[in-house]
Amino acid sequence: MSSDHKIRKIVYGITLFFIALTGFAQMPIFKRYYIADIPGLGWLAQFYVTHAMHYIFASILIALCVYGVLDFVLSKKGFSKVTATGGIKAALIIGLVVSGGLMVVKNLSGFYFSQPLIYVMDIGHIGLCMALLMVSAYALVKKKTWVK
Amino acid sequence: MRSKISRRAFLKGSFTAVGSVAVSSSVVQAAASLAKEETEPLVTLIDISKCIGCEECVYACREANAAKYPAPEKPFPKMFPKRVPVQDWSDKKEETDRLTPYNWLFIQPATAMVNGEELELNIPRRCMHCENPPCVKLCPWGAAKQEPNGLSRIDADICLGGSKCNAVCPWDVPQRQTGVGLYLDLLPSLAGNGAMYKCDRCYQKLERGETPACIEACPENVQTIGPRSKMIEKAHALAKETQGYIYGETENGGTHTLYVSPVPFDQLILETGKGRPAMDEVENMMADGSNLARAMLIAPIAGAAAAFGKFYKRVKEED
Repeated sequence: MSSDHKIRKIVYGITLFFIALTGFAQMPIFKRYYIADIPGLGWLAQFYVTHAMHYIFASILIALCVYGVLDFVLSKKGFSKVTATGGIKAALIIGLVVSGGLMVVKNLSGFYFSQPLIYVMDIGHIGLCMALLMVSAYALVKKKTWVK
Repeated sequence: MRSKISRRAFLKGSFTAVGSVAVSSSVVQAAASLAKEETEPLVTLIDISKCIGCEECVYACREANAAKYPAPEKPFPKMFPKRVPVQDWSDKKEETDRLTPYNWLFIQPATAMVNGEELELNIPRRCMHCENPPCVKLCPWGAAKQEPNGLSRIDADICLGGSKCNAVCPWDVPQRQTGVGLYLDLLPSLAGNGAMYKCDRCYQKLERGETPACIEACPENVQTIGPRSKMIEKAHALAKETQGYIYGETENGGTHTLYVSPVPFDQLILETGKGRPAMDEVENMMADGSNLARAMLIAPIAGAAAAFGKFYKRVKEED
C-alpha cells in the first residue's frame, strides 16, 4: 500500500468517525444518555460546537471525495474495477454530500424550504449515514476493498 | 520519455474536476430554485412606552391559538433514563406570567432608573421570529419551518420534544409539554419527550390577510406590523422622536421583532429565568455555520488541486 493510500485511508477513517459523531450529536441524545457527562465529551452536548465541527469534517470529506475520484480517473484504473461495496459506498457518499449540501444551503439566511422537503432531507441524510456506516462496517469485517 | 497518461484520461480527469466543482455550485442553485420566491418578511414593531400591561394581547393570543394547544395523554410514559424531565403544564394552563406551551405571549414587567426616578415598563414577550432562526435551522427532525413572510413555527404533530430548539434559541423561547405528539407512537420511553410550542405569529390569520391576534386586540396600539424595510425605518423614526433605543434589529443577526424603549435595554431590570427571556445583547448564533458553509465551496477545489498536483508530479517523474 502506497504512503498516499495509507494517508488517505487514515484521513477518511478519522473524517467518517467525526462526521458521524457530530452528525448524531445534532440530536439531543448525548446529554440524555450521559455520554456528554464523560469527562472530555461535554462538547458533544453543545449544539453550536458540533454543528461547526460537522461542517468542517464535511468540507474535508468533500475535498477527499473529489481527490479520490480524480486520482482514480487520472490513474486510468477504470470504473469496472470498482467493487460492489465500493460502488455502494460511493453512491451513499454522493447522496450524503447532495442532501447535506442542500441542508447547508437551507441553513443560510433567506432560504425558505417547504417543510416536507426539510423533513425528507433530514430523514434521508440520517438514513444514508446509517446505511454508509453499516456498509463500511461490513467492508471492514469482510475486508472488502474499494477497487479490485 | 512519453507520459503514460493519455490525453483522453487527462480530459476525463479534468471533466471530473469541473463536474465536482459544478456539483457543489449546482447544489446551491438547486436549493435556491427549491426555495420559494423571495418576498419581504413582515416585522412587528413594539413601542414599549405605550404598553400598559393590560394583557389583552395575552388573552387574545390564547383564544386565537387554543385549538393548537397540547392535549397530553396521561399517565405519561415512563422515561428512560430517569434524568429525562417530565414537563407538564396541563394543570397550569392559566399561568400568564411566563412562556409555557399554553401561553405563547406574556407581559414582562421591567423597571429602570431615569433621572433618579424609577420608571415602570411592560414588555410583551414572545418569539422574536429571527431572520435566520436557529430553532428552525438546527431542528434535527425537520419539525420546524420558516416562511417567507418571516414567521417561524413548529409543527407539533412532527416534533419529538427533544427541546433542542429551546437550547439553541438565544431567548429559550420554545416550551415543552410532555405526553403529546409523535414520540408516543415511536419509542416513548427512549426517544423524545413531547412537543415544543411557541408563538407562530397566528400564521393562519396571516394567510387569510388578517393581523395576528395580539396586534389586533391591543387597545393601545403597542404593536404594528409591516414589511421589514418600512418597519425598520419606522422604528428608527420612533427612536429618534422619543430619544429611544431599539432591540431586535441586530440581535442574533436580526429578528422580525423590533422593540423601541425609552431607556437603554441594558439598563432595564427584568425578572428573567425559565420562560422569562432576557433582553441582553445577542450575537449572531448562526454566523459560524454560515461562514463555514461559504468556506465549504473551497473544498472541491482543494481536492481537485491536490489530485492534479499529484498527477503533475507523476507525469514529471515519468518524463
